[in-house]
Amino acid sequence: MSGNMRWNAIRISTIAVYLFLFLPIVAVILLSFNPRQYGGFPIEGFSLHWYMLLFQNDTIRRAAHTSLVLGAQTAVVSSVLGVLASMALMRFDFRGKRFIGSMLIMPILIPEVVLGVALLLFLRWLSVPRSYPLLLMGHVLITLPFVILVVQARLAGMRTDYEEAARSLGANAVQAFFMVTLPLMLPAVLAGMVFAFTISFDDITATLFWKSAGTETIPTEIFAMLRNSISPQINALGTLMIALTISLPLVAGLLARRFARGRA
Amino acid sequence: MNTMAKRRFKPWLMLSPTLLAYLFLLTIPALFVAVYSFWLGSATTLATREWTLDNWASLFADPFYWAILWQTARIALLATLGCALLGYPVAYFLARSRIKNKSLLMLLLLLPFWISYIIRTLSWINILGADGLVNSMLRSMGIIHAPLQLLYNEAAVIMGLMQYLLPFMILNVYVVLDGLDRNVEASAATLGAAPFRVFLEVTLPLSMPGLAAGSLLCFVLGGGTYVTPMILGGPRNAMFAQLIYDTIIVQLDWPMGAAMSMLLLVLLTGLVMLYNRFVGLGQVYKSLAA
Repeated sequence: MSGNMRWNAIRISTIAVYLFLFLPIVAVILLSFNPRQYGGFPIEGFSLHWYMLLFQNDTIRRAAHTSLVLGAQTAVVSSVLGVLASMALMRFDFRGKRFIGSMLIMPILIPEVVLGVALLLFLRWLSVPRSYPLLLMGHVLITLPFVILVVQARLAGMRTDYEEAARSLGANAVQAFFMVTLPLMLPAVLAGMVFAFTISFDDITATLFWKSAGTETIPTEIFAMLRNSISPQINALGTLMIALTISLPLVAGLLARRFARGRA
Repeated sequence: MNTMAKRRFKPWLMLSPTLLAYLFLLTIPALFVAVYSFWLGSATTLATREWTLDNWASLFADPFYWAILWQTARIALLATLGCALLGYPVAYFLARSRIKNKSLLMLLLLLPFWISYIIRTLSWINILGADGLVNSMLRSMGIIHAPLQLLYNEAAVIMGLMQYLLPFMILNVYVVLDGLDRNVEASAATLGAAPFRVFLEVTLPLSMPGLAAGSLLCFVLGGGTYVTPMILGGPRNAMFAQLIYDTIIVQLDWPMGAAMSMLLLVLLTGLVMLYNRFVGLGQVYKSLAA
């Protein structure tokens, strides 16, 4: 085989893998506009019928509300904890720093089922029933390692001399933090928040363990819908979720850039 | 307090909320799982507080558990292997190609991380289902008349897992290939090695850290999945996480479920620990932060 042919083989397999990754997702989006009764191919036109049904579906609306509120609260709590921890790890030297740093990220590699069982069992032992606060605490646990990972990576590129300059010009620690450090850190904080929101919004496995009987998030609701039949409404819902979770990092990125430019 | 002591104290103060959260949400609960796995199951409460080895004994003695465990390992292993075979050429292409739209291709690779996992998984129903792309194409070409049953088997589970895991593999291999010193390959070629031999004896061994890190991630994430086999698999393709869910949520047998969770945790996290001991997790973390 000549070098050219070999390179072509690599190129073709790359295209094939991208198709493998994205063709099913494109199918979700296309089929969400397909008026055909049972979903699936062939595509027989263009309609917003499934979206209309979706907006009239109270169960979905409730689930969407739960998911959005849960995601937002998780994002706030997780990013506050995560930013503090990341700053401690990036700005200070102390004994056991490396160990703690890697331990904090470890839960990413623990099976979610085990995280789900463990927390549920502990709260059962405390006689705390499954509830919304449990779900929120659980989501904080799931998202924290990712937030710490991402925020640390963002903080690594940040200079500290602005803060020192502010301090030497007479700002106290609190002033320096809120007027200099925090604005500079905003992109890292935003990245952490967006990440936490997306992971929480997307989580299903552990959520199935922690949610109380009446509570559904969008993923668990979809999971329940799949058990009965595959309604084309799911494709429409999927398309909306894709639009939301993809636009979020884009918007956050734009915001962070605009903010950074305004400062500079 | 003098400044020295303050500087020593401050990072711990900043870490304390996170450490407390981990302690109460993860460490103590995990200890409870360990304790419960040695308690007796009870029909009325969580468990009878009597020490017993029954749960562990039946876990190790019952061939049913071993069959599911083996099936879980096989599915995760095949998915990992598939990811390595399909992912390597992509990583190689991304690292070596000089096309203009490379940053777009890289961005696309990160896109799945932002798309809901359950949507990505169920999207295969649109491709493989009775009314899916494959069946409707075959039907319109007149090759088949009744839809083929392509879903609810092990192959569908492996495919779903591969779609979920491929970006992890590609990114891990890419990071290493991209950082390779191209001079090493060039000197091997100058010394007379044919291109394929350069790849086999220089590039491939040097990219092993990425391949190993990617494989670890794929296997650990694949081995713990609950949702993918639930959606794409049939009743005969159960994986271990499904068994845990059933035991705890459906049968309410907490001690048995605790023992099973411990076993899964020890097996998968043990693998991670071993890896960390001999290779180090730095590579894995680096790719996750990308």
